[in-house]
Amino acid sequence: MSKKSQIAADTRPWRDPAARPFVRIRNVTKKFGNVAAVNDVSLDIFKGELFCLLGGSGSGKSTLLRMLAGFEQLTAGGIEIDGQDMAAVPPYRRPVNMMFQSYALFPHMTVWNNIAYGLRRDRLPKHEIAERVAELLKLVKLEGYEARKPDQLSGGQRQRVALARSLAKRPKLLLLDEPLGALDKKLREETQFELVKIQETLGVTFIVVTHDQEEAMSLATRIGVMNQGEIAMVGEPTDIYEFPNSRFVANFIGSANMFEGVVVEDESDHVRIRSSELGTDIYVGHGVDCSPDQTLWWSIRPEKIRLTRDRPPPTGVPGDANVLKGFVEDIAYLGDMTVYQVKLESGRYMRVTKANSLRGDPDAIRWDEAVWASWDGSAGSVLTS
Amino acid sequence: MTAEVAAPTAPTRRRFGITHWLAKMGITGRWVVILPPALWLTVFLLIPLAVVFKISFSEAVVAQPPYLPLITFGENGEVQLTLHLSNYLFLGEDSLYIAAYLNSIKIALVSTVMALLIGYPIAYFVARAPGRWRNILLMLVILPFWSSFLLRVYAWIGFLKNNGVINNFLGAFGIPQITMLYTDFGVYVGIVYTYLPFMILPLYTNLVKLDTALLEASADLGGRPFRTFLSITLPLSFPGIVAGSMLVFIPSIGEYVIPTLLGSPSTLMIGRVLWDEFFSNRNWPLAASVAVAMLVVVVGPLMLLQRAQNAVSGDS
Repeated sequence: MSKKSQIAADTRPWRDPAARPFVRIRNVTKKFGNVAAVNDVSLDIFKGELFCLLGGSGSGKSTLLRMLAGFEQLTAGGIEIDGQDMAAVPPYRRPVNMMFQSYALFPHMTVWNNIAYGLRRDRLPKHEIAERVAELLKLVKLEGYEARKPDQLSGGQRQRVALARSLAKRPKLLLLDEPLGALDKKLREETQFELVKIQETLGVTFIVVTHDQEEAMSLATRIGVMNQGEIAMVGEPTDIYEFPNSRFVANFIGSANMFEGVVVEDESDHVRIRSSELGTDIYVGHGVDCSPDQTLWWSIRPEKIRLTRDRPPPTGVPGDANVLKGFVEDIAYLGDMTVYQVKLESGRYMRVTKANSLRGDPDAIRWDEAVWASWDGSAGSVLTS
Repeated sequence: MTAEVAAPTAPTRRRFGITHWLAKMGITGRWVVILPPALWLTVFLLIPLAVVFKISFSEAVVAQPPYLPLITFGENGEVQLTLHLSNYLFLGEDSLYIAAYLNSIKIALVSTVMALLIGYPIAYFVARAPGRWRNILLMLVILPFWSSFLLRVYAWIGFLKNNGVINNFLGAFGIPQITMLYTDFGVYVGIVYTYLPFMILPLYTNLVKLDTALLEASADLGGRPFRTFLSITLPLSFPGIVAGSMLVFIPSIGEYVIPTLLGSPSTLMIGRVLWDEFFSNRNWPLAASVAVAMLVVVVGPLMLLQRAQNAVSGDS
């Protein structure tokens, strides 16, 4: 029993306030000229984590990664890896390896020499280098390719050579800059799971930079969403998706229907928001940190809204809230699900998705139908910023 | 007779234009582009080369022109072709020529290595400079070309001579006079100075393309800066090294002006031997054979280097 609870605690060390972080980023700022690419970022990353830095281009995620690798000097703040301050440590002495976005394979060296490069720098004995390279080639399934040059490999093979090379020195921390960015969709999905498997087998801490939210969601133990050089939110994938802390995060991850409203009832067990944009009252079935008459935003994911032809009976919410009339203006059939573009009486649109659990459903809602949209009291998130 | 009929003929309606007539005679746009340079090379390179080659098989006489024609027409209508191989044989017999060839190669080789050692850091520095500085620095490298080559070599006399700028400067520190002008050292200085930009430019174009991510990757894997240079930068810049070395080695082997102005009379270089043979001895056939032999000496290494370069670029 005790062992089980210990494992449970170990897999989510960020939930344990006493846990010692493996990577400590303390108020790090990086300025290029007058522009702050990274602005006062603080972040704790724990051993064995697969942490994703997610953000659009120019959000500072790559700069932060490059500072961890030692390629960029910090303007302010400090970085600690495994308890050691990294300020004066040059890249070639850091216990960190990086997998580059462009892979940065040495074009004049064979696959074998590329992978062995780091081991040779450590002056390991020859037989040990040979052993480890063989091991890595097996790990990334590239046996038989050791004599090839990078330009004789496909994109996916190059990606795996880059991964093997960055793992060769058995780093405590591996930094991956858009590791799957150059691969096509199918290969990317396969490689995602391979990457997670390798990370779990070796127990290395991964920090992955990506702009692809799907990639971040499927890879990460935790995600740090970056926006304009700052961390907008840090959390587990489900937290980020279901409980975004700001309008930016709600909009950036997945799609969200966002409406502005005013608090009309503020009780400890529920909140009522009146939204003229939406055209109905929103009943939130839990207390929210807000005050009466405060203007705030309410966001709901498309799959959390139900569409029915008849007005649904109220389910745990007052009958005059969380339900409104609409008109199906557009339908996109995606196979696994259908996206409905519903025009509300207020003129705004609402995006609703429905899983196609029935094969060729004859009773599906069609174009130009009048429908009722409804949702539960806990389906949406209230955002104050 | 509607669009259905008209449409297929539309793309070929210019069939009877001028280009079509020219194409019929075998003149296409391709020829128009290739022909002028081909003509230029034929008239100003191939034909003169053939004339030099012809003269090299002739015999010197005191006449106008100073050599005998190869083909003579006899009184009875017979045609006689006389090829004198003696000029070439003489090149092998007289140690002067072999010594001059060897010395030329030595001077060119040493100059090339010196130009590489000086030029590489400069090219690297320019290639790694911030973008807005790069063009200015490159301009500074090319700037000397804006004044005459001859003037610049003459200027070196002022620097190198016994009471010149350098010796006066050294003298101020009590260092005794060093003879630099009219020595081999002077020749090296002149050649390296003159041809340095030819080393820097191809190296620069190579080094500026070098992906800095490769250097970061090397550092990331534990390569110290010098190791990174040896393992990554140097091998990847090999094509630039070959191109730059070729551009320095080939013109310096036949250099005439620099050894004449800065070298000693005993600085034996093939360009000077050629000059003496041509203008002092007026032995045109022998001079022509020296020129042909020099061509072989120059083209030989050029082809070898070209092959090495192809091997490298084909490999990576």
